[in-house]
Amino acid sequence: MTVLDTPAWRPRTDPAPLLPDAEPYRLLGTPDAARLDDAWLTTLYGQLVRGRRYNQQATALTKQGRLAVYPSSTGQEAAEVAAALALRPEDWLFPSYRDTLSVVARGVDPVEALTLLRGDWHTGYDPRAHRVAPLSTPLATQLPHAVGLAHAARLSGDAIAALAMVGDGGTSEGDFHEALNFAAVWQAPVVFLVQNNGFAISVPLAKQTAAPSIAHKAVGYGMPGRLVDGNDAAAVHEVLAAAVDRARGGGGPTLVEAVTYRIDAHTNADDATRYRDDAEVEAWRAHDPIALLERELTRRGRLDDELRREAADRAEEMAADLRRRMHAEPRLDPMDLFAHVLAEPTPQLREQRALLRAELEAERQS
Amino acid sequence: MTTATTTAGPARAATAKPVTMAQALNRALRDALAADPAVHVLGEDVGTLGGVFRVTDGLAKEFGDQRCTDTPLAEAGILGAAVGMAMYGLRPVVEMQFDAFAYPAFEQLVSHVARMRNRTRGALPLPITIRIPYGGGIGGVEHHSDSSEAYYMHTPGLHVLTPATVEDAYGMLRAAIASDDPVVFLEPKRLYWSKAAWPTGEPEPVPPIGRAVVRRPGRTATLVTYGPSLPVCLEAAEAAKEEGWDLGVVDLRSLVPFDEETVAAAVRGTGRAVVVHESSGFAGAGAEIAARITERCFHHLEAPVLRVAGFDIPYPPPMLERHHLPGVDRILDAVGRLQWEEG
Repeated sequence: MTVLDTPAWRPRTDPAPLLPDAEPYRLLGTPDAARLDDAWLTTLYGQLVRGRRYNQQATALTKQGRLAVYPSSTGQEAAEVAAALALRPEDWLFPSYRDTLSVVARGVDPVEALTLLRGDWHTGYDPRAHRVAPLSTPLATQLPHAVGLAHAARLSGDAIAALAMVGDGGTSEGDFHEALNFAAVWQAPVVFLVQNNGFAISVPLAKQTAAPSIAHKAVGYGMPGRLVDGNDAAAVHEVLAAAVDRARGGGGPTLVEAVTYRIDAHTNADDATRYRDDAEVEAWRAHDPIALLERELTRRGRLDDELRREAADRAEEMAADLRRRMHAEPRLDPMDLFAHVLAEPTPQLREQRALLRAELEAERQS
Repeated sequence: MTTATTTAGPARAATAKPVTMAQALNRALRDALAADPAVHVLGEDVGTLGGVFRVTDGLAKEFGDQRCTDTPLAEAGILGAAVGMAMYGLRPVVEMQFDAFAYPAFEQLVSHVARMRNRTRGALPLPITIRIPYGGGIGGVEHHSDSSEAYYMHTPGLHVLTPATVEDAYGMLRAAIASDDPVVFLEPKRLYWSKAAWPTGEPEPVPPIGRAVVRRPGRTATLVTYGPSLPVCLEAAEAAKEEGWDLGVVDLRSLVPFDEETVAAAVRGTGRAVVVHESSGFAGAGAEIAARITERCFHHLEAPVLRVAGFDIPYPPPMLERHHLPGVDRILDAVGRLQWEEG
């Protein structure tokens, strides 16, 4: 017995159970898929088809000048949808800027979810109504918020969980580290979902981290890391749901790495041919999340024309409604610029508000 | 909204016991924790130790470590977690251990704390108080003496308060915690040990946020100041009597909102003004204050509004800081340059 054996200086956690599997966890196309029921797979299929259509429609809206920009999650629909479906209504979702689809899958009105990217306001939905935090543009900065909210819920005795989303690039940010560390120290009921889509705009993962995997980073914080095939909707959902349940029950945080691929460029303003080969994109298309589900449903004899048509029709209805509503001019009131800056506006803000009001009045009269 | 108040604080009972500013802040936190279960204190060393300046002394013992929490050593994480706690309905009071240690939290402050209410059309107000011991004059080594108020003042969506007296320290901190807006609460380190008598019976009044106070009426020129520079200005005003100057002193107390009415009324009464603060002058708080005085009082001014501020240098090592900090002589020199010959 030496001072080195005193509790404060000794490892308190056995790292072995925290380690992620060597290979991403998969369900679809494996024997384990047998335990999934048809109805659930059909639901996932409908959601993914809808999600894919949503991404296409939003990208189209950028070309029509209706959205300032759209960071597409085409190819990542499985993780986007699974994240939303893994939560109960009372749980909270903390999305990053690429996670509009997750926000919509959680039940937020698609037009309200796009307000940020349309540019008529920053956050178009009431975060409390669906328990969805604002889409966060500064990378990883929303992760400490998820930890704080989960911690507050735990202090309040509420059995809820928070699920926070971030990309592979975001894991290099200091806030990622601080959030995971706080979460583990506080045993906050939070789940971190990293969608590793291979690129931070143009920079590949190899230039981002030298870790064995992103999921391995969990071990350093003392929480379990899980590695999952991010294009396997059933697998991502199962892993996330288990992590969320564990968090809700007081088991503490989990880091989940979903390995996926961004089929589209970073945004409509990006040119992905400058940093990656078409062959790579094509290889990932063969591992497309919708295709994986279709193969599973086909194996079960469940994918008939009717199911395809029904899914396509529902997606098209959503797209048509989105198109119609996004082509309507948004209601803009310049006076809103001053409405919510502070609960108690400063005298200077009051003066500036009066100035703008006078300018608008002059515009109306001219 | 503002009314000029000429007062040196409430009358003191004869039996009142002297307390320090640090103790008054401690009492404000204790009373806030007792009054509202939503209030949570968090920061580095705020629990068992009671904070490096002892402002949170005894709070963890009295309210438990879930209400007064020692966090990991990471300022962005502390403030980021406070954002989430506030989103869930709590009222976090965050301590940044020293001014220069608050910079890692700057992104959370600017990109989230200051914007969340506006971004969500009022759906997510963030009633967070961020306490920051600031300023020099205590012989601190590098990174322990910064005055960072101008960064915070320049960020829309925040209130920025700084008390200069023991009474204000209590009342303004209670007001900050009660506010539904995020408040950066700058505590002048060198006044932590300043003392005032404390009333034994009645609770201290909670002053409204955004009101300056005339600490000393004057007829010939007005010193406009705040926080750690208030005692220096009061000393300068006393010394100025020998020169035949009757200097008024205005204590801003609140940098945002800035109480133009009180300041303008005082300056109109004298026609001359010097703005005094210890942070660097270039693009500092004094630049904004001087500009606003000029805009509001131009026809009453007998001389340009002058600024006495710290030099535009990185904060000096402690053995040289007295040359940097505005003192009585530098203030009186500035007063002497207020074009008296033309007055």
